[in-house]
Amino acid sequence: MAESDIAVALRRFLPEDCVLSREEERRPYECDALTVFRQLPGLVVLPRTESQLQQVLLTCSRLKVPVVARGAGTGLSGGSTPHAQGVLLSCARLNRILEIDPHERIARLEPGVPNLRVSEAALAHGLYYAPDPSSQVACSIGGNVAENSGGVHCLKYGLTVHNVLGVRGYTMEGEPLELGGRAPDGPGLDLLALTIGSEGLLMIVTEVTVKLIPRPPCAQLVMASFADVHSAGSAVAAVIAGGIIPAALEMMDRKATAAVEPFAHAGYDLTAAAILLVESDGTPEEVADQVREIEQVLRSAGASTLRVSGSEAERLRWWSGRKNAFPAAGRLSPDYYCMDGTIPRRHVGEVLQAIERMEARYALHCMNVFHAGDGNLHPVILFDANDHDSWERAERFGAEILELCVQLGGTITGEHGVGVEKLNSMCVQFSPAERAAFAAVKEAFDPAGLLNPGKVIPTLARCAEYGRMRVHHGALPHADLPRF
Amino acid sequence: MAATADAHLAELRERVSAAHRTHQALRLKGSGTKDFYGESLAGEVLELRAHQGIVDYEPSELVITARCGTPLSQIEAALAAHGQFLAFEPPAFGADPSIGGVIAAGLSGPRRVYAGAARDFVLGTRLLTGDGELLRFGGQVMKNVAGFDVSRLLCGSLGILGVITEISLKVLPRPRAEQTLRLELPAAAAVESFNRWSALGLPISGGAWWQGSAWVRLSGAAPAVRSARERIGGEAIDAASAQARWDALRHCQLPLFDRRVIWRLSVPGAAAPLSLPGELLIDWGGALRWYADPAEGADVRAVASAAGGTALCWRGAAPAGRFHPLPPVLARLHRRLKERFDPHGIFNPGRLLAGL
Repeated sequence: MAESDIAVALRRFLPEDCVLSREEERRPYECDALTVFRQLPGLVVLPRTESQLQQVLLTCSRLKVPVVARGAGTGLSGGSTPHAQGVLLSCARLNRILEIDPHERIARLEPGVPNLRVSEAALAHGLYYAPDPSSQVACSIGGNVAENSGGVHCLKYGLTVHNVLGVRGYTMEGEPLELGGRAPDGPGLDLLALTIGSEGLLMIVTEVTVKLIPRPPCAQLVMASFADVHSAGSAVAAVIAGGIIPAALEMMDRKATAAVEPFAHAGYDLTAAAILLVESDGTPEEVADQVREIEQVLRSAGASTLRVSGSEAERLRWWSGRKNAFPAAGRLSPDYYCMDGTIPRRHVGEVLQAIERMEARYALHCMNVFHAGDGNLHPVILFDANDHDSWERAERFGAEILELCVQLGGTITGEHGVGVEKLNSMCVQFSPAERAAFAAVKEAFDPAGLLNPGKVIPTLARCAEYGRMRVHHGALPHADLPRF
Repeated sequence: MAATADAHLAELRERVSAAHRTHQALRLKGSGTKDFYGESLAGEVLELRAHQGIVDYEPSELVITARCGTPLSQIEAALAAHGQFLAFEPPAFGADPSIGGVIAAGLSGPRRVYAGAARDFVLGTRLLTGDGELLRFGGQVMKNVAGFDVSRLLCGSLGILGVITEISLKVLPRPRAEQTLRLELPAAAAVESFNRWSALGLPISGGAWWQGSAWVRLSGAAPAVRSARERIGGEAIDAASAQARWDALRHCQLPLFDRRVIWRLSVPGAAAPLSLPGELLIDWGGALRWYADPAEGADVRAVASAAGGTALCWRGAAPAGRFHPLPPVLARLHRRLKERFDPHGIFNPGRLLAGL
């Protein structure tokens, strides 16, 4: 078969193994970690150097070929779902750690460096990179920048936007761009903040400068059981109101603990309606003081049992259950769909009860693990992708949870991004004028609209269509059921 | 209060829409305490002070939402009543600034490199655009990646993209313990020490140097502050004097700020001493360097660039603009954003960038 114009143009300057055009070579790139959205890319390109990457952009820009950037493919919202006629630009081979300066406490990285490798490399200096998404073994720093990734420790240590000092990269037109840097608060608009979390719609990042922080010498975990989700939710608010900012504050409901316990053997209290995991880190004296305070607050908030990790092994075992919540979902069900809404903490109990009612309505199970300290929910809906009706119900179930989050003053995505998955929910959260403002930002950076097109910002037509669909679903199949 | 606020907002929308129709430039004004800041002031004054009041504050959510004209002092008092504060320590120049001005300017105090900058605490905004639309970006939650982070873009925008009418900010509990230490150290050794102590994980929340003395502020849990104090040594300053000292630094009230010409250089935190003759004050553990009355003809911008940073002419005649010039590709992005948010160029023309 004759190669496309773009393949021919790219092969002129790229080595043989940097351009994948055969179907079996392109197949592995057809989706990210949200596997329900699949699209075979027109071409896969894996540059080895920054200048090759720039050439790719210049060429695609000239030939008007869409470009979708991809890091490690661990995204959960279809943000790097390929374009059928486009180039899938993998940054995986740009994976060098360019510099670690332990005195200034910064690292300069290529975008393909896996998140965890930064901390491993900084270990010798007693430093680490704080944001720790659960996929940190695999996910890349470039992807983290695109998604403004979080993790379990953001309450105390912030998101990607708080830990990245600067980026270098290129516009779709191939122009070099440097935003932020080692010197704080430069002149002009804060385009760095705008770019972080822009899901690959504004620029392609080729270098990221991150902040490294000292490793806390000590950490301890408090595990508390609650007889109902409401008091667990109140306990979360009580910890924060008590002036405590724990290193992590996580919640799992009974369905989640029951799912992980059989194989993680974490030692969770399976009689509790919900458990909280509250971590304290710092010097041993600091941790001892804070753990005492946390215990006090949780006890007055109605914790039925309280345990404090007595060793590092125990702390890690308790965490292992939480960190294996998603794989556990995979054991219970052929497929699972993880949501990512965020709400003001005070509504936690209310939302969990509403989700329980939705389970009955959609005839699907949902377990809840979440970053309670940030109000970031991860309801995990269990479904079977081979059964199309089951997937449709899961999708509607998820959308309804997100609508509830918006109603309560929250957001449809706390850390996973919009991608293609939450385009409809964007219609719920933002007005046409607000979506037009997003489109304006996109146009300013990428006037031709070639960079990751069709993501994040829904078209007017799509929102109109979705509006009709919601009425349809509300009015016909479930008219007799209470909404919340 | 809410009814009055709605009336104010309706009035603002009307004023802005009218200006948009007639292409009338507007000069957005909160308290006017930062009129000195920026390139140039132009347009008919649009008073924003009247649109004030705390809309929502729930201490357990760590979020406060206030209208743009709310005085900073009112916000700080409300937070203090619950043992919380704005950790970026926004500076106030003279009279009480409005929170809208604080965020539009995006300036941060001594805690900047330790706790975060103003933009790090911005969670959500409402923006009145040229065509009178009232948009909402971000929200009142800690984590939110729905759409572009326009709220943080507005922080430091000096009002050129529209009127920020409401702001939600993340707040933090005040540190349990605080202790300031003073050490006799040359400037270079002070910067080296600030960086070394930070790398050791000591709970530093301020690192400044002026006239031969390094000032270190420790904040956090009592045991951590105690052990850091023993480790660092120096003279322990009593709480009242320390507070006065950090306030003076935060609000630019030290004698150095009375001088005729003042430059504010932002550089990498561990940058070696700059070869700039003039009186020096260091803040942000080394990342912020103020120079008063540098020698005639000193090319401050070139020195800042060579150190990997930028220079802002804070006071005195500014050669070719107050702010460090932007590279052409960035200036072009600024122009395109401005054109799209404010097609008739009515908001604070020329304040952030000449001709914009």
